[in-house]
Amino acid sequence: MQDTLETDTDAQENLRQREADHPTSLVMRFGMESPLQLDGGASIAPWQIAYQTYGTLNADKTNAILVCHALTGDQHVASVNPVTGKPGWWSQMVGPGNPIDTERFFVICSNVLGGCLGTTGPASTNPATGKPYGLDLPVVTIPDMVRAQAALVSALGIDRLFAVIGGSMGGMQVLQWASAYPDRVFSCVAIATSYRHSSQNIAFHEVGRQAVMADPDWLAGHYLDDGRNPRKGLAVARMAAHITYMSEQSLHQKFGRNLQDRERLTFGFDADFQIESYLRHQGMTFVDRFDANSYLYVTRAMDYFDLAAAHGGVLANAFRASKTRFCLISFTSDWLFPTSESRAVVHALNASGASVSFVEIDSDRGHDSFLLDIPEQYRIIRGFLTGAARSAGIPGPTPFSEESAR
Amino acid sequence: MTDLLDPILSDVRVDLKEIAALVEPGSRVLDIGCGDGDLLELLTRTRDVDGRGIELSQRGVNDAVARGLSVIQGDADSDLYQYPDQSFDYVILSQTIQATRNTKLVLQEMLRIGRRVIVSLPNFGHYDVRLQLMLRGRMPVSKRLPYSWYDTPNIHFCTIRDFVELSQEVGATVEKALAFNGAAKKLPFNAPWWVWNLIATQAVFLLSGR
Repeated sequence: MQDTLETDTDAQENLRQREADHPTSLVMRFGMESPLQLDGGASIAPWQIAYQTYGTLNADKTNAILVCHALTGDQHVASVNPVTGKPGWWSQMVGPGNPIDTERFFVICSNVLGGCLGTTGPASTNPATGKPYGLDLPVVTIPDMVRAQAALVSALGIDRLFAVIGGSMGGMQVLQWASAYPDRVFSCVAIATSYRHSSQNIAFHEVGRQAVMADPDWLAGHYLDDGRNPRKGLAVARMAAHITYMSEQSLHQKFGRNLQDRERLTFGFDADFQIESYLRHQGMTFVDRFDANSYLYVTRAMDYFDLAAAHGGVLANAFRASKTRFCLISFTSDWLFPTSESRAVVHALNASGASVSFVEIDSDRGHDSFLLDIPEQYRIIRGFLTGAARSAGIPGPTPFSEESAR
Repeated sequence: MTDLLDPILSDVRVDLKEIAALVEPGSRVLDIGCGDGDLLELLTRTRDVDGRGIELSQRGVNDAVARGLSVIQGDADSDLYQYPDQSFDYVILSQTIQATRNTKLVLQEMLRIGRRVIVSLPNFGHYDVRLQLMLRGRMPVSKRLPYSWYDTPNIHFCTIRDFVELSQEVGATVEKALAFNGAAKKLPFNAPWWVWNLIATQAVFLLSGR
């Protein structure tokens, strides 16, 4: 493990450090006059939010879709990630002619508050000290992230989003949007998510955070000041988390008990099994693209999320008199955010009289299904958005002309 | 295996248009057992309703949502409690009542949720059914109703008279009733119940609570 995790990736780390303040994307900066008020009581100013857009905003500004990313995602939903050089994390979902069709809709995706790709987070420079915030950044919540996004959407001159869409932690933001800004969300799609983080999920996150904090290079959160990085701790955190994103069945099918580049067991602690090697790789590549403190902040935000508790313990109160059209999607093999969680949201929406569609999709690939190439998910999202666009009076995409077909 | 029963089900969706005609334009509608959403789409298109659906089969749900309809996976027997009192103008149960387990409770819940209730059902008092049972001494099985008695999801078949009696028992008022024969022709409105019960293959009821 020693060898695999300690690769020289200084260049990538420098690149990432630069992205934290000067992202390779659009960025909206808010000055001292526009502080961001946080749930924890503190406020941040100045602050910034990094975002990407795709497609064209129509004249009435009615065709905007906000895509909310998950725990370790970013604003590059359908554009090349500047740190990894890989295509956007949902580029099959978002794009011209795709289910979230950028020929019809104007798609916005922003990096979350507390993230590390250009929105204010623990890796950003604290203007008061000139050094990275580290743990001096106040703890942020899902509602804080959404408040930041709402400020961005307002700054773009958009009163009402046609849709807010996201999976996992992105789905939490979707539900928070619909609850906090019912008049600003015409429709929403919340995928593989819940209205609150379960005890089991908090437990997994705590294991990850403890792994980071146990790394001697973490330096009580001040590693960036010393040019260090708790790589091992963060890699272990990612390895543990990655297991929760898959299913027993998919692990078995993909790896079984297959050995990694060897004929027999070595009676040692090398990565004898393919699954070990796979997880080590996942941990290692993750460390290259993500900040350890960001991991603490963003997992904490998920843990604190409880939309029912925020409404007197009655989830239906979160959606009182909502006119938003909801679509919830879950996956059969997702044990991190199981179907029962989505169903609880559906029950609350029914109790509050909201318009709701709910689909459970057959998939053996666990929680990660929402990020994978699942045709049924494309069909559902395309259909739901088409129906909602019909109601909202958003014209369809320009029909193929002879020229553009050629 | 005979197709004697087919006249009852050959026109199985003839009720959709008739149901749509009963619904006031612009109202809120809950369609229980909506399948892949044919009725909801018809209502949305022709009556401009705010329509919602519940469907048991995941396939039906996915198809309906992919059509842009507001449909959730759910069970008439166990999921109606979630809906507030009088939250819909119409609650519709079309060709589904025979598959409910606790039929009386389902009807009561529908009357609680909706200001009006529309139920369409196949009439098992039709003379074909009576003949099949009387002459062959077997439970009716046909191409469109392919289940044997021991594996059918349709566990609570009733006749028109049975349903009228149940409506009275739960305190509902029959505001309107329509019946159709095997050729999907509407039967005369003023025919007595026993005539309908003998020659109607389908019936549609519009009920209201007390």
